[in-house]
Amino acid sequence: MGFFDMFKKKGSGDMAKDRLKLLLVSDRANCTPELMEMIKNDIINVISKYMEIDAEGLDIQITQTESEGNNGSVPALYANIPIRDIKQKI
Amino acid sequence: MSEVIVVTSGKGGVGKTTTSANVGTGLAKLDKRVVLIDTDIGLRNLDVVMGLENRIVYNLVDVIEGNCRMKQALIKDKRYPNLCLLPSAQTRDKSSVTPEQMKKLTEELREEYDYIILDCPAGIEQGFKNAIAGADRAIIVTTPEVSAIRDADRIIGLLEANELKRTDLIVNRIRMDMVKRGDMMSIADVVDILGIDLIGAVPDDESIVISTNQGEPLVGDDSLAGQAFMNICYRVMGEEVPWLDLSGKSSLWSKISDIFKKK
Repeated sequence: MGFFDMFKKKGSGDMAKDRLKLLLVSDRANCTPELMEMIKNDIINVISKYMEIDAEGLDIQITQTESEGNNGSVPALYANIPIRDIKQKI
Repeated sequence: MSEVIVVTSGKGGVGKTTTSANVGTGLAKLDKRVVLIDTDIGLRNLDVVMGLENRIVYNLVDVIEGNCRMKQALIKDKRYPNLCLLPSAQTRDKSSVTPEQMKKLTEELREEYDYIILDCPAGIEQGFKNAIAGADRAIIVTTPEVSAIRDADRIIGLLEANELKRTDLIVNRIRMDMVKRGDMMSIADVVDILGIDLIGAVPDDESIVISTNQGEPLVGDDSLAGQAFMNICYRVMGEEVPWLDLSGKSSLWSKISDIFKKK
């Protein structure tokens, strides 16, 4: 390993820790894939009323975010919804 | 006052049986009256790790079904007269025992022993439910790997739901050389993620393999793992023991070779 690689490369230990943290958030939230699918479909239905979205490209997951208070990180629902057309449909 | 301790992990192969054997033997070394119970019905292992496989006549299921008295099924350890093993049945399955029966069995043993240590099977099904039924506290064994820690987290949740008084963590098979170069989660990382009290860390040590081959628990010998297990025994009894330096070899030669490796 070269001198500069030491700064570039993250140890696999940190990778394991990051992956595990994400994994445990969804494990602890007890969110089944079926439940996530239901949430996803409902979101598509609601947003579709107002704009045209790319349902295929929609990505939702439960992650962690730093809370504004000082009680550390809290679970958060993250949704990335690509918009095709923002014009109102009506 | 006697205590019933279940050794559990969720994932298989992380060292539950080795931990049970060493903690049980260590507590016996410290003059406690100890009984080890192998609750893994159908896949019995603790007898082999203890080197007592040739002495089995009756087993756990025999006691529960009333085929024999408790005294007949308990095997006295070779080295410590105050240590006993209740082996599991090899030819039966987990549904032969219910949580209520296990509770009754551990209650009976409380009268004569200071520590009743239950070696729990892997998984979260019937065998796990049986093992935790009569327990006051739990020792969770994990290794610094994503899969083992994930399962441990699940187990901690299930134990909380069952209102055990106390759960402590053992981080097993840690390799300080890998932690140092950032390729393994540290003990602090694991404790931080799981959020329960650490009762000990055991290094990945060749002497564990050798001791298992011989059927002689290594607790209390001068190997690093042997010392780590002995410290865990003191902590189980509530004593405070300083943390062991697990990085091991600090001989002059290894220091010199470390200097050259750094290049």
